[in-house]
Amino acid sequence: MAKVTIDDFQIEVPEGTTILNAARMIGGDLVPPAMCYYSSLKGSGGYCRTCLVKVEQGSAKDPRPMPKLVPSCRTAVMDGMVVRNETSPEVIEARAGVTEFLLINHPLDCPVCDQAGECKLQDLGYEHGKLDTRSEFRRRTFEPEDIGDNIKLHMNRCILCYRCVKVCEQITDGRVHGVIGRGDHAEISTYIEKAIDNDFSGNVIDVCPVGALTDRTFRFKSRVWYTKPVEAHRNCEKCCGKVRLWYQGEEILRVTARKDEFDEVAKLENGEAGWICNECRFEKKHTNDWVIDGVTHVDRQSVISANHYESKEGERFEGKQLEGASLPHGDKVDLGVGALNPNNV
Amino acid sequence: MSQKILLKNDHIPGINTLEVYRKHGGYESLKKALGMAPDAIVEEVKKSGLRGRGGAGFPTGMKWSFLAKPEGVPRYLVCNADESEPGTFKDRYLMEHIPHLLIEGMIVSSFALGANTSYIYIRGEYFYILRILEAAIDEAYAAGLLGKNILGSGFDHDCYVQIGAGAYICGEETALLESLEGKRGNPRLKPPFPAVKGLWDCPTVVNNVETIAAVVPIVEMGGDAYAGIGIGKSTGTKLISASGHINKPGVYEIELGVPVEEFIYSDEYCGGIRNGKDLKAVVAGGSSVPILPKHLILKTAAGEPRLMSYESLADGGFATGTMLGSGGFIVMDEDTSIVKNLFTFARFYHHESCGQCSPCREGTGWMERILQKILDGKGTLADIDLLWDVQSKIEGKTICPLGEAAAWPVAAAIRHFRHEFEEYVTRPEGIREVRHYYRVNGLETA
Ligand SMILES: Cc1cc2nc3c(=O)[nH]c(=O)nc-3n(C[C@H](O)[C@H](O)[C@H](O)COP(=O)(O)O)c2cc1C
Ligand code: SF4
Ligand code: SF4
Ligand code: FES
Repeated sequence: MAKVTIDDFQIEVPEGTTILNAARMIGGDLVPPAMCYYSSLKGSGGYCRTCLVKVEQGSAKDPRPMPKLVPSCRTAVMDGMVVRNETSPEVIEARAGVTEFLLINHPLDCPVCDQAGECKLQDLGYEHGKLDTRSEFRRRTFEPEDIGDNIKLHMNRCILCYRCVKVCEQITDGRVHGVIGRGDHAEISTYIEKAIDNDFSGNVIDVCPVGALTDRTFRFKSRVWYTKPVEAHRNCEKCCGKVRLWYQGEEILRVTARKDEFDEVAKLENGEAGWICNECRFEKKHTNDWVIDGVTHVDRQSVISANHYESKEGERFEGKQLEGASLPHGDKVDLGVGALNPNNV
Repeated sequence: MSQKILLKNDHIPGINTLEVYRKHGGYESLKKALGMAPDAIVEEVKKSGLRGRGGAGFPTGMKWSFLAKPEGVPRYLVCNADESEPGTFKDRYLMEHIPHLLIEGMIVSSFALGANTSYIYIRGEYFYILRILEAAIDEAYAAGLLGKNILGSGFDHDCYVQIGAGAYICGEETALLESLEGKRGNPRLKPPFPAVKGLWDCPTVVNNVETIAAVVPIVEMGGDAYAGIGIGKSTGTKLISASGHINKPGVYEIELGVPVEEFIYSDEYCGGIRNGKDLKAVVAGGSSVPILPKHLILKTAAGEPRLMSYESLADGGFATGTMLGSGGFIVMDEDTSIVKNLFTFARFYHHESCGQCSPCREGTGWMERILQKILDGKGTLADIDLLWDVQSKIEGKTICPLGEAAAWPVAAAIRHFRHEFEEYVTRPEGIREVRHYYRVNGLETA
């Protein structure tokens, strides 16, 4: 076991645990934002640099600080390590820089983006971004592309986190998806319109932190905060069959995998991620296809928790309150992602 | 007088052939090495004080001793011949003229490391050198210097040349390994280091062409003798690619420790500044290292003469010093526009970023655009500060050192030549010639 101190909280974790995962075990504000790391995808992380932290003391044996900020998602803890995240001005500054970089070429088309409301870039921008942009240059643009019948690619919104690439490498058979080009002109591609047609390709939608990969069957149907999440399952031969249904009224608008508090596809009892197959995701849109398990518990603050259903009492509106802000049915909304809700501004 | 070790025979006609190379002592070092214990060779290289010639200057003997040696797992030696740093062309000269020196170095080094297979990864633009190297390798196989049971020693070795596809980033050692494996050339996150998990996850040493070539004379003369050449911890000789506004551009082998002033002005080397102009600035180690103005490149901040050595060039840190880097020595005369030069570098790094990490992917393009705006005469004083801020947000925050390589030149240009940037933004009428520059480079003006 290794004892590690993160923002003055101490925890003991197994050797080899990353700083990020140690922070997640503690929870709260000291968890660095992670735009590219995905615990169930091997080799993920290290790219986006939003999770950079300061290692003030390397280990008990070698207490020297690490010379550079390190990606917490790919750096293992050492016994006696002392890490600073939120409490390091250097980290805050670097993270603001990364956030700015991620936004200079981003189209900021949240009002027409299906991801709005559950977008990690919105969260990041809200928490770590500046009010204004210092870039005045034309953004790089790509045409939206259909990747098969069910998936839409908006390359303009992509942050090149490589999560979808790893999904294709690791959970779908026969890889046709990759990155072409270099630098800021690199793009996610299926090597010229070659559709990803295999049973698990839809999972790229769930792992995408932004609206670059979205569900064509849900396209422009509703804003996510108007839909109500419900947990359900069915006996599926291909996948675990455990899903989240997104209702508007009686209608299921969208089916996704279940997500955990870090917005990752939730783990099943066997510890593996509960990826779902394309049949469950795209074809089962009737309530009688499913056995309903109950309403979704939303533990963290988000536009979805602000709007609906159960959340852990007390945690719901812990964030700073936007002066006088309220939803149509009178609930106070937190200043978190709610501030980005077009209804509030 | 300079002491030539690597290039001592480069003037001999036919030295690119095995026959002539051997007539002049070629492959004697290999014979000697095969009679030694592999660890003893590593020891000699350690004693020699040889430091990596690819840019970072890491002690080669130490790198070799880090190589993991698990039972039953192959080890590899990979030669980095991707040489793409603007201003650097020494490996090209060496491979083109004395290819057998590299091949011999590959075999000797592989023997020392216990590697039965080695690769030379050469940049795509060096296509013609691929042929030269392959011809040399064929000759070596035919003479029993490669293949099974080399010179009856029982040591088997195969050496292959792999050509890249023209990406600067594939010179970064882990991107190189990815590319060699047939994948997209993205740098890997370290650790694990190649010495533990390199090519196909096996322990691997990656060294520069010149580093590997230097192993040949080190084995020949012994580590101590090699360490006697040069100055302090900068032992041996170094190939310098000299370019820019000098009378005699070219590749020079120098004994480390030659004063910079002598290197620039003596007839033995650069032969002074072209057209009798005055020296303005030097980029001493390839485009990535900080540029220094005349007064700081000729003398350190303390007023000592600046020497061509790892330590002396770095004296004063980045505030007043620079780095030896890969030895790409770019000289600029008094008429050079530092801002335009920087724009060229910035364009290069923007073009070459692999795009894995957000700061480098987005920041390099941003810096290029700000510089373009300044060159267009549309910049403001705030743009100079912005440029500074952007580079600081890239430096130290990326997976591989390309981020730094892109940030350092920007930082140094502003640090030492801020007045020139200010000139560009406050007196835009003075930059008419910039349009011409755009035209000849086929660029768009805003
Ligand atoms: C962007 C980038 C490009 C590089 N290009 C080269 C190159 O072309 N040739 C080279 O020898 N080293 C290059 N390097 C350095 C290598 O990563 C590595 O340090 C070197 O090959 C090690 O060899 P050495 O110890 O013999 O110098 C590059 C590094 C970076 C970050
Ligand atoms: S499409 Fe989405 S998941 Fe894929 S790299 Fe881009 S942002 Fe990441
Ligand atoms: S620093 Fe630049 S070149 Fe290096 S890995 Fe990151 S994006 Fe790629
Ligand atoms: S989450 Fe760690 S670098 Fe992206």
